[in-house]
Amino acid sequence: MLSSKTETSQNVKVSLFITCLVDIFFPQVGESVVKVFDKLGVDVDFPEAQTCCGQPAFNSGFRHDAKALAKRFISVFDGDRFIVSPSGSCTSMVRVFYKELFRGDPKMSEKVDKLSSRTFEFTDFLVNVLGVDDVGAVYKGKVTYHDSCHLLRELRIRNEPRRLIESVRGVELVEMNLSDVCCGFGGTFSIKMPEVSVSILDEKINSIVESGADAVVSTDMGCLMHIGGAISRRKIPVKVMHIAELLASNKKDA
Amino acid sequence: MMHDTGYRIQVAEMEIKKLRFKEASSVALKNQNLRKALVKTTDRFRSVRKQSIGEYEDWDGLRNKARGIKEEAIGNLDKYLEMLEGNVIKAGGNVHWARDGAEACGVILGIARERNVKSVVKSKSMATEEIELNHAFEGAGIGVVETDLGEYIIQLAKERPSHIIAPAIHKSKEDVSKLFSEKLGVPVYGEPEQLTRVAREKLRDEFLNADMGVSGVNFAVAETGTIVIVENEGNARLTTTVPKVHVALMGMEKVIPRFEDLPLFLSVLMRSATGQKMTTYVSFITGPKKDDDLDGPEEFHLVIMDNGRSGILASPETRESLYCIRCGACLNICPVYRHVGGHSYGWVYSGPIGAIITPQLLGIDKAPELPFASSLCGACKDVCPVKIDIPRILLELRSRVIEDEMEKQKIGTGILQRLAVRLWRFSMESKNIYNLLIRLSYFAQLPFTNKGRLRSLPFPFSGWTDRRDFPAIAEKPFRKRWEGMRNG
Repeated sequence: MLSSKTETSQNVKVSLFITCLVDIFFPQVGESVVKVFDKLGVDVDFPEAQTCCGQPAFNSGFRHDAKALAKRFISVFDGDRFIVSPSGSCTSMVRVFYKELFRGDPKMSEKVDKLSSRTFEFTDFLVNVLGVDDVGAVYKGKVTYHDSCHLLRELRIRNEPRRLIESVRGVELVEMNLSDVCCGFGGTFSIKMPEVSVSILDEKINSIVESGADAVVSTDMGCLMHIGGAISRRKIPVKVMHIAELLASNKKDA
Repeated sequence: MMHDTGYRIQVAEMEIKKLRFKEASSVALKNQNLRKALVKTTDRFRSVRKQSIGEYEDWDGLRNKARGIKEEAIGNLDKYLEMLEGNVIKAGGNVHWARDGAEACGVILGIARERNVKSVVKSKSMATEEIELNHAFEGAGIGVVETDLGEYIIQLAKERPSHIIAPAIHKSKEDVSKLFSEKLGVPVYGEPEQLTRVAREKLRDEFLNADMGVSGVNFAVAETGTIVIVENEGNARLTTTVPKVHVALMGMEKVIPRFEDLPLFLSVLMRSATGQKMTTYVSFITGPKKDDDLDGPEEFHLVIMDNGRSGILASPETRESLYCIRCGACLNICPVYRHVGGHSYGWVYSGPIGAIITPQLLGIDKAPELPFASSLCGACKDVCPVKIDIPRILLELRSRVIEDEMEKQKIGTGILQRLAVRLWRFSMESKNIYNLLIRLSYFAQLPFTNKGRLRSLPFPFSGWTDRRDFPAIAEKPFRKRWEGMRNG
């Protein structure tokens, strides 16, 4: 059932960059990532010293603090293994914004370049590095996909998650209206400007409901905890799933 | 470079109060009419733009080219501005330099006074909005009328533009009917055609009686001394040709090197702004009326204004903010703008571009909330015809806000936030403290947790839980489960 390139996955060494959100709030997403990698025979490890990549500080303007955590991240993930994360946003921090953070510092910039060349978001890694777009998952249901902003516009990944979703047995992918419009999360934005954030979220929730899907899937727990926060508050009967959970699923009925 | 041809009148500097985005957006979000108008207009602009750029095979290539020319122009601004000045003078025009808004107003009032100007017509110009030129005219007892329909509406309503290219986007047809009836003494008309006719009749007299026309500038061509104005109503054509004196005000970033650059810039501007291949009118103005011209102004004055732009020029991290050609595409695509509208941004420029240029033009301490008025979704960057990396600049400005607050040692939320970030960083720098904190927080949350959800949190997180549930901390974090998966 797995695609032909899977055999090459067996020599691939990956360090999980699990992200604080998944570690603290959504550990089942991390487990799903591990299950998918195990199934593909990828050699996975988890550097236990990891905490946060520093994005919240960076996005809030606290560059000094962000630098300290970025340096820590760089040393924790030292080596030559791939670094894979179930988040387009945290991956963007490492791959795109570390460069910005250490601009004008040639020594750090060199380290950052090396680090970012082996850092990947989960779906990008599956499809573009391992060459896998079918992991043999089974899930029965109508699924709609929300494009996370950082994955789409910083890492330019649009089709990979959709290909992975469409290859899941029993899944029907239905596109929501304006799937690539922000859900209004924006990290600390959701707390600093809650009214604006919720107003943007309302439109996203409407799109999800109108799609007729019974599950909304995305690549980032930031977006999903935001979308899920409204879905749970309003008791909307739509399931909220990280794509890793969908890809780890082997259930005939949801 | 300072030299002058007319009188300068002393005009008091504008008093700018600290802009409060959060407060203003909160009010805007409750205005249902505004929200309907915003969704309708931004949807329309989005779709016409998308359709229009779809006609190009290599839209991205055009954007790269336009950006390259802007890089060249802004990187050699001194050279191109002097070239522009020389060529405007050669064409029989006058050039004036203004360091700030007060000087620009002073120059323009000086020209008006010297010629005993009693009434002025204006075509749409964000630069004149920026310096509150109408206010200066009124203070000097000179009548001034906006002739762009949208600007005319907001002048009657005594408001500011809420969109760069559609200044009255926040007003419904009904709002305008009522406004015209109140201010102009006409019946309450229901149809846009009727309202336009009213404005047209009123404005026709203004054009014929005006002693001076004031316009903005979309592009100023250095090598020919030509200024270019794009519009759809014909009012700018009349403003720049009927009165005896034409004064054009430009921010100094509007210069482009060559005439042959224009087709590219006109295409990316028009398609990004209104989705048009070509606007109804495009005026190319090189100096005043020539001897064998049948009409046109006797005098042409170009006012080149800095007003904070040299500060942006001196900042390599944010310099590309000056590449903006004011198309408004970033406003139309922005989820924040779509929900809160232009007035929430507090000053004349709104949306993502406003969030980056307002703090730079007015000073970061005047608009510290604006760089934070974004979810950093990046949609603005993708529609920008000159590829300004707005999210990156927002992030840079956020760090400047924090630096500014630290320098001033502001008390209150600033210090609390700083303390919180320090504590957070401290706990993230040690795996053990991190683990301990997660464990403690897990137990602390238990009395408030319901089915894995928190329905109410204390300030500042209450902003989240007012209308959204927050996830509870998991009993076993991933790192513990990992141990189980590998050792268990």
